[in-house]
Amino acid sequence: MPTPRNVPPFRDAEIRKRNFEEVNLGFDEETAIKEASRCLQCKNPLCRTGCPVGVNIPAFILKIRNGDFTGARDVITADNNLPSVCGRVCPQETQCESKCVLGNKFGAVAIGALERFAGDRIIGGKDLSPAEKTGKTVAVIGSGPAGLSCAADLCKHGFSVTIFEAFHTTGGVLSYGIPEFRLPKHIVRAEIASLERLGATIVTNAVIGKSLTISELKQRFDYIFLGTGAGLPSFMNIPGEGLPGVCSANEFLTRVNLMKAMDPDSATPVQRGRNVVVVGAGNVAMDAARTAMRLGADRVTIVYRRSRAEMPARKEEIEHAEEEGIELMLLTSPVEIIGNGKVEKVRLIRTELGEPDERGRRRPVDIPGSEFEMETDEVIMALGTSPNPVLTNSCPELKTDSRGVIKVDEVGRTSVPGVFAGGDAATGSATVILAMSAGKRAAKAIIEECGGAL
Amino acid sequence: MGAYYNIAMYKIIDKRILADNVNEYVIEAPLAAKNAAPGQFVILRVDEQGERVPFTIADYDTEKGTVTILVQTVGATTWQLSLKQAGDCVADFVGPLGNPTDLSRYGKVLLVGGGIGGAVIHPQAKLLHSLGKAPDVVLGARTKELLLYIDEMRRYSSELFAMTDDGSYGGKGFVTDKVAELIESRVYDAVLAVGPLPMMQAVCEVTRPVGLKTIVSMNSVMVDGTGMCGCCRVTVGGERKYACVDGPEFDGHKVDFAEAGLRQGFYREQEKEHYCRIRGEVK
Repeated sequence: MPTPRNVPPFRDAEIRKRNFEEVNLGFDEETAIKEASRCLQCKNPLCRTGCPVGVNIPAFILKIRNGDFTGARDVITADNNLPSVCGRVCPQETQCESKCVLGNKFGAVAIGALERFAGDRIIGGKDLSPAEKTGKTVAVIGSGPAGLSCAADLCKHGFSVTIFEAFHTTGGVLSYGIPEFRLPKHIVRAEIASLERLGATIVTNAVIGKSLTISELKQRFDYIFLGTGAGLPSFMNIPGEGLPGVCSANEFLTRVNLMKAMDPDSATPVQRGRNVVVVGAGNVAMDAARTAMRLGADRVTIVYRRSRAEMPARKEEIEHAEEEGIELMLLTSPVEIIGNGKVEKVRLIRTELGEPDERGRRRPVDIPGSEFEMETDEVIMALGTSPNPVLTNSCPELKTDSRGVIKVDEVGRTSVPGVFAGGDAATGSATVILAMSAGKRAAKAIIEECGGAL
Repeated sequence: MGAYYNIAMYKIIDKRILADNVNEYVIEAPLAAKNAAPGQFVILRVDEQGERVPFTIADYDTEKGTVTILVQTVGATTWQLSLKQAGDCVADFVGPLGNPTDLSRYGKVLLVGGGIGGAVIHPQAKLLHSLGKAPDVVLGARTKELLLYIDEMRRYSSELFAMTDDGSYGGKGFVTDKVAELIESRVYDAVLAVGPLPMMQAVCEVTRPVGLKTIVSMNSVMVDGTGMCGCCRVTVGGERKYACVDGPEFDGHKVDFAEAGLRQGFYREQEKEHYCRIRGEVK
């Protein structure tokens, strides 16, 4: 009979909530082998069908079981170019692990933790060797998950790839968005370094649509892939949102994650609120709340207009946030931010769930007369993003939908010949792994157009 | 591949001291220079620990691949930059960001620059001059030494009016005094006013009663400068706008200057603290 699922150790909540060290400590070798041994090595592995990039899960788990850890990484990198990233941030519980036959009865194999364990064997793992050069050139715009995975597959097939990044640092959301305590930046750097060894050229400080236009790139490259990510942060359009002390989660997290504002030597300032309100309940909201706690807040409250069941964040992230003392104020919505020169209070209203909306989620309805005020000195809006207009404005022939999301076909072709797009820029906000699979799909289509096969 | 792709550092080609605490830098940054236009800005980091700070493009040379910025030493980043000499490099330099100013649809334009704001109106004056529509220009500063680019502006303007607070050069008083006088006696299609927030607001109050279109350039606090962080948001006509992607120029009669002032000063204390700390270490 299968043994119970092994869980990696976590840093103690009381200690970790005041530092930026990684929360999940990962498996040691012994536990990894033990967990790998739980895998039944199904003939028709359902777990693989749950993976957006189709990693050969039983094969890499078998390698771990046999003690060949770098070999396990090599199995994963055949399909997934960022295993140590995905092992940490993929929602495995709704993907691969949700399909595991051990599932409900014994607990699914901890595929995510094993992927991370193998992925971290990046040092010593063999670099993928680039294929013979095809002579074809591709410009990849954005060095986030979509761009990186697209670039890696193209490099493997002999394409000359140049990645253009607007920031001074590569990684996109992996660098500016996801905090150090969930995804250490040395991991991101190591994964990108391996891509550079594969032959990709990286150009930072290049804003496509400004520094260079699509039409200029088209003169120099055979293909272009747009993986520019999400865009403008959303706000609620309530009074007081312009007050100092109100910021988007993007701003708050970028100051800390990318600009290292938590470090006293960093020149970049960040607000260190004592009594912080985070509006929203996705993974970004959890990241912002937990970061505010780590910057020294006395109290951090997540305000969400629906109930716990509708919170879009991963269950694990919600649990970790609560363990760290973050309070959830559910069925509540801000109506006004109040302050004289800076944020002092937020006025909230209680809500109840009404009829389901077009996405099937029950719509929150304000309860009349239930308004109340709460003191706060910092409000962080984690409400998602709307598409960034910089690139699309500079290239009118690039068709977008009514929201400004770049229109693509099933493999990522845009309305401009030779130009592909994927990730949040072409789908709206989604996950790292979905962006990666979009990057891979576009790479496959480009390779096929050039007569190759992936 | 073109040479301008693989630039690891951005070299200071030339540095000029224009006034006490005001330096002009010509920086080698071909990607930023290539498509630069008047009204746009760049973001630079002095070193690996540096903050991303926006600077308006004061001039550019597409052929040479250089961008010129004017920097007033006011805090940590600008102080670190002031220590750099020609031949040194800055870690990062990205642009051109924001939208170019388009004044081509206006016939007669009045440009108003206050202090460092002269940097912003300089390329605009140059462009309008080249289009045969030389503007009138009002340049203002506390004192004579702080009147920036006065020779260049004289060259590109149809008429130049200087104003100093202390009367050490040109007229004594504020730029608004001159603007009020000019709009009374001359006909303009638009005003572009660039400088400190209170100056831009004051110019707007002068032009508002006569309904003279007045464009201002918002120097908001920014992080990425590409529309990702929302830090630079400005309320314009009751709507939320992002200075980096919707601006930096807006209809001055619709800008909520009170809010912009609060937002601009928000990080000042922290920045001061950092400035003191790094200077202490160097001393």
